[in-house]
Amino acid sequence: MLDSAKNMKTSLIRDEGIIKSASVLTDEQVRKVINDVLKNETGARLKTYVDTCVHCGLCSEACHYYLSHDKDPSYSPAGKVKQTMWEMIKRKGDVGTAAIQRMSEIASTECNLCRRCAMYCPLGVDIAYIMLVVRRICNKLGVTPTYIEDTSHSHSVTMNQMWVKDDEWIDTLQWQEEEAAEEIPNLRIPLDKEGADFMYSVIGPEPKFRAQLIYQAAVIFNAAGLNWTMPSSPGWDNSDMAMYTGDHEIMGRVKKVHFETAMRLKVKRIVMGECGHAFRSVYDMGNRWLGWKMPPLPMVHSIEFFHDLIKEGKLKLKKKFESPVTLHDPCNVVRGRGLHEMARYIVGESCEEFIEMHPNREHNYCCCAGGGVINCGPPYRNTRVDGNRIKAEQLFAAKSRGAKTIIAPCHNCHGGLEDIVEHYGLHMDIKFFGDILYDLIEKPE
Amino acid sequence: MHSIYNFVSGPMVWVAFIVFIGGCLYRLLSMGILAAKRDNVIFSYASPYYGMRSILRWLTPFATTNMRKHPGMTVVTFIFHFCLLLSPLFVYGHIALISESWNVSWWYLPDSVGDVMAFLVVGACAFFMIRRLKDPEVKYLTSASDFVILAIVAAPFLTGFWTYHQWPGYSICGILHILSGEIMLMAIPFTRLSHMIFFPFTRGYIGSEFGAVRHVQDW
Repeated sequence: MLDSAKNMKTSLIRDEGIIKSASVLTDEQVRKVINDVLKNETGARLKTYVDTCVHCGLCSEACHYYLSHDKDPSYSPAGKVKQTMWEMIKRKGDVGTAAIQRMSEIASTECNLCRRCAMYCPLGVDIAYIMLVVRRICNKLGVTPTYIEDTSHSHSVTMNQMWVKDDEWIDTLQWQEEEAAEEIPNLRIPLDKEGADFMYSVIGPEPKFRAQLIYQAAVIFNAAGLNWTMPSSPGWDNSDMAMYTGDHEIMGRVKKVHFETAMRLKVKRIVMGECGHAFRSVYDMGNRWLGWKMPPLPMVHSIEFFHDLIKEGKLKLKKKFESPVTLHDPCNVVRGRGLHEMARYIVGESCEEFIEMHPNREHNYCCCAGGGVINCGPPYRNTRVDGNRIKAEQLFAAKSRGAKTIIAPCHNCHGGLEDIVEHYGLHMDIKFFGDILYDLIEKPE
Repeated sequence: MHSIYNFVSGPMVWVAFIVFIGGCLYRLLSMGILAAKRDNVIFSYASPYYGMRSILRWLTPFATTNMRKHPGMTVVTFIFHFCLLLSPLFVYGHIALISESWNVSWWYLPDSVGDVMAFLVVGACAFFMIRRLKDPEVKYLTSASDFVILAIVAAPFLTGFWTYHQWPGYSICGILHILSGEIMLMAIPFTRLSHMIFFPFTRGYIGSEFGAVRHVQDW
């Protein structure tokens, strides 16, 4: 029965890019690329993970896809490895052009690389790493979902995620500066200020769709009297979808420009907006590809930055946010950097009433948008929403205990949670810390 | 019969231990060389403190979220591994044989305790087998080799138990006991039983990444 279910899924490949790319591939090319990557790019880690897995199934309950699909074992973490990497190894790469399409979908859209399963596997197998190797193989074959591949192309051409042109970037910052000047006349968004205390970096979608976030950040920094800057050149974008397609070469180019921009401005550190995957790229993956054990200059996520500003008394709040809030812990800054207690400190300082969702902290369920899944676009919207019913249940439980607003300090989480809130009719607001702090801080006259 | 007994309890023991120890060393060494060649990043992130923190945490019953989620499995797994590792080292029959050959001996378990431990190992294997057959998430991952491995592990304990109780055919069972023990030893480095030697490395590495780089616990 399970095999027929699997075949049914194969016949339902939704992504045109995957289908088209696979149509011009030969089985021989698939075999060659798989063996190439396995032989030349992986080693002891992958081999040990595959040899050591005792097929115990104890990782299953870590995965929100598994829980949301009534415990369908094909969605368990090891189940997904079985359908992809085990097949590739068992058949010595000879999986064929039909199977590779489904493997690409599994690795790119049915796993968020959220690493929750790494905390459930008794042997410590890093399944996200294995899924990323599968994505890289698929990417080398060109069978990556269209939308995220386009994003990766944007990174390659423009060094940002959203095809934002160089002049549009500067224009957007000046536009936000003008807007903000109506509220705070002397407010500046300082461009290319050498030797500033920090470079503020954002992701491509901020200038493109959520420019008010840059406005809000400028107001907050201004209120705290900070010495900061933003670059006028490419390198301002910290996001990285190439990391998630497995295109490490583009990831490396993008991160190199990012780090070099900060170096050119001689800033003391990088402060980044409320984004999770960008944090993973700058703190954990991009730096490694470039040969830096840790990022070449200090960098902090907004959660840590706001935490410090409030703690040091640099940001004063007029009042607290009244509506009861719950907090969604984004995987990339919680399982990726342990910022959960700092986030709770900010909530405690800025909100009247806090209602925990369960599970929480490093055990929180993923938003199902991360890991590049939301970037795979409309063909996979339902994969994300149906694949995270458990999140809706978790949010509903928090709502039934009074929570009205979800704080989610991550862009992808926002996108994912918005769809879940809408689809399951939860009627909850979703906010960034920046939204809340912008409203509450004492602003200079 | 005598010659078979002499063979399995003589030269075959040497072969088994050489394959077991040599095989483990070979696997560890070749994996280490492969790691140095292809994944040398592992060495720069490995943290003895956080690696040990993770290993000890996962060796403590009910110390992790997942262990508490599966209390039955946790109890059976810990009893299984405890008995599996200790009883062969401290059961009287083994120590008597070693003492006979080399005149060295050490503390041994009362017979009844060794007997119960062997029974528990076999019982745990039955539990694992039922789990493989019944639980959909385990069944999905299971292939024939998983049952073979279970049989390899259960056999020495089942035959040892049988022989000790001198049930019918126990003399043949005694030979099978020795032989199956040797097979298990030789299988460890070359099958998924190798998680015995690789556990400290996989666990320690993820513990290092979570603890030292990501500043978060991995349980």
